[in-house]
Amino acid sequence: MTATDPLFGIHARALELRQQRLGLLASNIANAATPGFKARDIDFRAAMASSQENGAAESTKYRVPVQSSLDGNSVELSVEQAQFAENAVQYRTTLAFLNGRVAGIMAALKGGE
Amino acid sequence: MSGLSVFDIAGRAMAAQIVRLNTVASNLANAGSVAGSEASAYRPLKPVFASRYEGGLATVDVERIATGTAAPERRHDPAHPLADANGDVWAANVDVNQEIVEMTETARQYANNIEVMATAKTLILDTLRLGR
Repeated sequence: MTATDPLFGIHARALELRQQRLGLLASNIANAATPGFKARDIDFRAAMASSQENGAAESTKYRVPVQSSLDGNSVELSVEQAQFAENAVQYRTTLAFLNGRVAGIMAALKGGE
Repeated sequence: MSGLSVFDIAGRAMAAQIVRLNTVASNLANAGSVAGSEASAYRPLKPVFASRYEGGLATVDVERIATGTAAPERRHDPAHPLADANGDVWAANVDVNQEIVEMTETARQYANNIEVMATAKTLILDTLRLGR
């Protein structure tokens, strides 16, 4: 999917990235108690800017913890939960944009019937 | 599409947390238990978590269940039926406070994974209804 989808514009790519970020944040939350695990996140702006197929993998960065723990785990549950909730809302937002687009196209196809 | 879905990630993490809860239950159940020799005394169990990476995502598995190295407590109690020739018994060295903390943390992280699953479920269902 390219960044300039003729029907959905950037929103198709945005939804894909939101989905990938959902999985990444779920990974972080799942590994909240794993020694040595380093939390990662997607740099959304950079991923959106790169129109390449695999932009998300290149824009994945390690999270810098507010306070590091002794076992080398850099997951901070409060941070991850907040990011996860934010990402879920943004996913819904992108879905709303897509729904609006579909509704608009359908109205145009039906000629305002 | 990578090999791991959000449901795999959260599901396996929940399974790992349940193993952790089981070890806590086992440790707490044996907190006061006494044995007749040092070798047969109960030693606390601890799960060892390890990340499993697949396609850039990571879930967690229980690598093994380790046995604690803390030596059992020797107690002089000649009246005890399990006491050895010296009148000693060995009590399990379980730190009850630490186990309770572990239990609370386990419950919290288990709930977090449920929340992840529930959110992913509603998002996927909303995506299925796209355009309707």
